Amino acid sequence: MLSNIGSILILSVLSLSLLIIYNSYLDLKNNNQLIKKSIYSLSLFQITFTILSFFTLIVGFIYSDFSIINVYENSHSEKPLFYKIAGSWGNHEGSLLLWINILVLFSYLFLIFNHKHNKKFRLYTLIFQNFLILGFIIFLLINSNPFSSIYPVPLDGLGLNPILQDPALAIHPPLLYIGFVGCSIYFSAAIASMLSEYSGKQFALAIKSWVQISWVFQTLGITVGSIWAYYELGWGGFWFWDPVENASLLPWFAISALMHSVMVLEKRNTLYEWVIILCLLTFILSVTGTFLVRSGILNSVHTFANDPSRGLYILLFLSLMVFTSLIIFFKKRKKEIYSFKSSSKETFILANNWFMVFFLATVLIGTIYPIFLDVITGAKVSVGPPFYNTVIIPLVIPFLLLMTFGPQSSWIKSKKKTLYKTFYILLGAFIINSTLFYFFGSFGFYSNLILITATFLILHSVIDAKKSIKNRKTFEYPRIISHLGFGMLVFFIGINHHHSIETDFNLKVGETKILYGYELFFENITIEPNKNYKSIIGDFKITDLKKNYTQYLNPEIRVYTNPETLTYEAAIKSKISSDLYLTMSNVTRSDFYNIKFQNKPFMIWIWISAFTIALGGFVQLILKKNEK
Amino acid sequence: MLTKKAKSRIIFLFFIFIISAVTAIFIIKSLNKNILYFSTPTEIKQNEDISIGKSMRVGGMVKKNSIVIDKRNIQFVVTDFKNEILISYAGTVPNLFAEGKGVVAEGKLKDKNFFIANRILAKHDEKYMPPEIKEILENNAK
Repeated sequence: MLSNIGSILILSVLSLSLLIIYNSYLDLKNNNQLIKKSIYSLSLFQITFTILSFFTLIVGFIYSDFSIINVYENSHSEKPLFYKIAGSWGNHEGSLLLWINILVLFSYLFLIFNHKHNKKFRLYTLIFQNFLILGFIIFLLINSNPFSSIYPVPLDGLGLNPILQDPALAIHPPLLYIGFVGCSIYFSAAIASMLSEYSGKQFALAIKSWVQISWVFQTLGITVGSIWAYYELGWGGFWFWDPVENASLLPWFAISALMHSVMVLEKRNTLYEWVIILCLLTFILSVTGTFLVRSGILNSVHTFANDPSRGLYILLFLSLMVFTSLIIFFKKRKKEIYSFKSSSKETFILANNWFMVFFLATVLIGTIYPIFLDVITGAKVSVGPPFYNTVIIPLVIPFLLLMTFGPQSSWIKSKKKTLYKTFYILLGAFIINSTLFYFFGSFGFYSNLILITATFLILHSVIDAKKSIKNRKTFEYPRIISHLGFGMLVFFIGINHHHSIETDFNLKVGETKILYGYELFFENITIEPNKNYKSIIGDFKITDLKKNYTQYLNPEIRVYTNPETLTYEAAIKSKISSDLYLTMSNVTRSDFYNIKFQNKPFMIWIWISAFTIALGGFVQLILKKNEK
Repeated sequence: MLTKKAKSRIIFLFFIFIISAVTAIFIIKSLNKNILYFSTPTEIKQNEDISIGKSMRVGGMVKKNSIVIDKRNIQFVVTDFKNEILISYAGTVPNLFAEGKGVVAEGKLKDKNFFIANRILAKHDEKYMPPEIKEILENNAK
């Protein structure tokens, strides 16, 4: 029943897309300055049907309608309601439907919010966006239909992978998808702007908010994913340079570059081609990431599927996208004259772009190199985290410096200002670094430089913030907030990286272990039944011998019944200055429990910094709304 | 004769070329230093010039009844059903690590029969198998 409703809704969205493309094409030839009413109503129907189809799937999950294969494979009648709902986008088919929802949503919003812009530009955007929608709907229908039915109807479902049953992971996909799929709209807009020969400045104005929205959501999505990995995967790290994490980082670099250069296009009407390239690149990288993750080519924490036919379709679609956009780009490019002095703001923004492209290239090479080597020589390799650290860390230093100096310069050409202020701030950064060095003890040459430059950026941002509040320069807030967040992020990661305590050992119940000034007493084991799992809870008493301060931590081993899986739940005591992190595991039911104990300074601050970066973009959106 | 503008453009392009070349060399060098090769127990046995003491990955299935745990370490045998290797590891194993299941260990060879791991990967769900291991099993089944 639901399966039929869902399929009908999807098919009607498909036909509506075709109708929109046809009507928009006809309307292009009309000399009238207004877009036909019918296109608006078709779009409204399209978005309504799409959202309804998604609701149908959610209803199927809530009422455990196991006649739908997707529900059967990914849900179970005894699962808590919240995870039944979240389960609807926690699998390949459902997430593809969410993907289409966002494509359609952005298509509709772009149509209704940009009424000030040129008609031709808007129509072309609509046409290309609907081509993208068509492509993904066809993909959904031919091999990933979430509404496929199964007969006879199974009695119960197979259940959702327990490590996905987690609040952070329930909101992680929607956030990330808004971020990644949101890029589609300026991919379409970029092609539209080339075809309609739209002016660079107008184009920049049209896409700016959309770039910011998707940037904010991407930043949030990546952060939430990282938080999930921190407490759910039980390794105690927050970034592993795992291929999937890399895949999410690639579009983020491109979009961060775009966010900066779109300002140049808006203010100075130059760099048009570069902005177009970045618009195209961002969405292409998003789809590439999807391809790498869904095709099963890469080996990682995300195990959606290893179905090669899915990979093949995405690859075909991806190549089609790349070729179309390249052909249009080379046919329609215009000659541009670049004229700005070397010390202007444009130069600094370009420098930002150079760095972003460098980071992007590094991560891209590290991620796909194993695939190439496998195809060419058959050797199976993996690229370890040291690669990224050795290549990226040295470049973070000049990057941080440019982030500090760049915003001080003005458009076209900078006046020479007194350097005293900067000098004092730099001195302050040195002093802070030396104090840290004194308290924490040794760290290497690079770490010193990184901490100094990060502190420099933080201090400078704080002083800038003070000044702009005094002078009521609200337009500077977003930049200051995000740059401050980035400085903090680098700073806290630096300290965290060098001063984490991490040990593994095996312990029996009743034993005590002393390490790094902590006394760890394994008191007891209790077993507790829960709705869809049984937990084995360890009672640990941890005493800080220096401060004579005792706390209790309770890591868990969870035995899930549907599907039968073990998960290890870390016990984390978060404080402002540090996190205590404890996981326990047991492999062969021996008396020994395997314990991982960590003390990680400033963990919370890493998350706060990442959220601060996103906050900057958010503030910009609010400011813009108030301007109108 | 080149105009001033053309001259500065050539210098600019030349600089870009140099910078890109240097960065490319830098990236490739660090890449080669940091790649980990994947081997099976059989490959380790057969390969004469396998470097002992270099970081690498070993994969296969955890042999039934081979896991031994003491105060410090966990030891187990990894097999590709032709050859075996003993792996010693001090640390927490992932939740999907179990006897008879696929595993990938990252670490260094002590000798051809003994491997000291510093990381164990088995972070796949119960239906999923690392592609490397799937391939081994398919080959050995023939």
